[in-house]
Order: sequence, then structure tokens, then C-alpha cells
Amino acid sequence: MSARIAIVLFPGSNCELDVARSIEHLGATAEIVFHTETDLHGADAVVIPGGFAHGDYLRTGAIARFSPVMEAVAAHARAGGPVVGICNGFQILTEAGLLPGALQKNADLRFLCDTVEVRVVSTRSVLTGSAERDALLRIPINHFEGNYTCDPATLERLQAHDRVVLRYVENPNGSLDDIAGICNEAGNVVGLMPHPERASEAILGSADGVVLLRSLLDAATRGVRLPG
Amino acid sequence: MKFEARVEVTHLPGVLDPQGATVARALPALGYRNVSEIRIGKSIRLIIDATDEAAARAQVEEMCERLLANPVIEAYEIEIGG
Repeated sequence: MSARIAIVLFPGSNCELDVARSIEHLGATAEIVFHTETDLHGADAVVIPGGFAHGDYLRTGAIARFSPVMEAVAAHARAGGPVVGICNGFQILTEAGLLPGALQKNADLRFLCDTVEVRVVSTRSVLTGSAERDALLRIPINHFEGNYTCDPATLERLQAHDRVVLRYVENPNGSLDDIAGICNEAGNVVGLMPHPERASEAILGSADGVVLLRSLLDAATRGVRLPG
Repeated sequence: MKFEARVEVTHLPGVLDPQGATVARALPALGYRNVSEIRIGKSIRLIIDATDEAAARAQVEEMCERLLANPVIEAYEIEIGG
């Protein structure tokens, strides 16, 4: 049976159709779930796509975390179900407390729209389970607030518990420890700034995001978390 | 009773403030070479109905913790007026 992936749509999200297309291209079922809904329609995994949820007012992700659907997302995460936040989705997951730290403005105050190289640092997350450690992936980034930060104790925990999932080869935004993506302790909640859905077919310039999306679909099909 | 609350949200020390850094470069260009330590934050004003000032302050503090500021990167100061 193919995996069913819920994609949360907030007012201001703008990558939901790209994510849906890339997931369906890999043979899974994608379903857009509006932010006012209170359940995920029984999906196996949930993706929070990029964009500007609620206009990014106050802070990126600050308002989105109070949308009704976020309780269902948190419950899914607690149950070990795969949850992936891409770009604005990553910002929302940190604001919601599902991932530690915060995304601050890029170090040089520039909006970045580029294809960058990232290294797979950990394969224990639902997004990298099928990838090779140290694999280099070319994936687009597209953000103004992608500069990951956290307190020293949190960074130490992330490093010690193999929770840094992706690192930039050349840090584009000032992100602490070159972090491009992290996961929670169990590995089932992942946030990343690069957009794997925009590197999902050769015609887009790179298909390197497929291994990440495929990992997510594999994890979704398996049901719950990866072994820690 | 109605109180006016003013909340000032600023970056925690050590957190990057690229807007402040940019303005810090712009002011000397206008001749203000004696300016330093520029930090840019947010100012939020709201009217709150509460039994007394302490209750108003407690509620605004809760709002700051839950929404108005992100404790990971921001600090806040609350002023309550009549």
C-alpha cells in the first residue's frame, strides 16, 4: 500500500503543490490539509511546506503554531509518526516546540535563492534513513530567516545525539555549526531549510532531493520511528 | 480597570541583529560617527482589562512567553500604565 502524506496548508503557504507533486511522482498519495482542520485524515506522515504562513507576522511561524491543525501534528509526532518541516515548516516546528532552537535572519540580511550543497550528517532521521552518511546533495534554498541558532547546551545535545541531519558544505546564511537540518531525539520530527521537493526531478536541475523524499515515504510506510 | 501595556521585544545579547548592524553602518555615513551598540527590536502596545496592575502585568508576561516573544532569541520588557 502506498504511503499517505498529509501536507498542511496555512494561509500564505506556497510550496504545498510542489511537495504534493514530488510525493505523488514517487508513487505515494498526497493530501492537502487546511490549517483549521483538527485531524490529519489518518495520514502516515505529515509535511509542513514552505511559504509565509500567516504572512510571517510577528515572527516566522509564531502564529502558525496556534492553528488548530498543529495539535494534530504534535499528537502525530508524539506517537512517533514522521513529521517534516521544510523551510517555513522548519520555522513553524521550532516555534511549536517540536524542535529546539530558532531560525533568525540570514547573517548578511540577504534573501537567499540558490542551489547549495548539503552533506548528510545523520541517517537516523525519517528524512535520511535511506541516504548514505556523508552523501553530498545539491538542493535549492529560498529563505530570509534560515540562520539556525540555539543555546550552547542544546547544540551540544544535538551533536552528541546525532541530531544534526544536514550541514551546508559552504554556509550561506550564518547558521550555527553549518546546520541545514535537525531532528528530534527520536528522529521522527525533522526540520530543514533546503527544499527537497525542488530537487525531485532531473528537469528541475537536480534530483538529489529524491533520496530524502524516498526516505520519508519509506518511514511513512513502515509506520513509526526509526531505531534510535 | 483598563491598563495600557507596552512591551518592548529585543534580541537577546549575542543574538544576531542584522537590522541593527545595517543601521549601524548607515548612521556614520550620515556623519553620526559617535553612535554604537544599535539594537532594533519591536514595540507592542495593548489595552488590557484587569482587576489591578499586578494582574495585568502577569497576563501580559504570559502573553510574552507564549506568543509575543520567542525566549530562544528574544528578551522582553513590560511597562504597565493607567
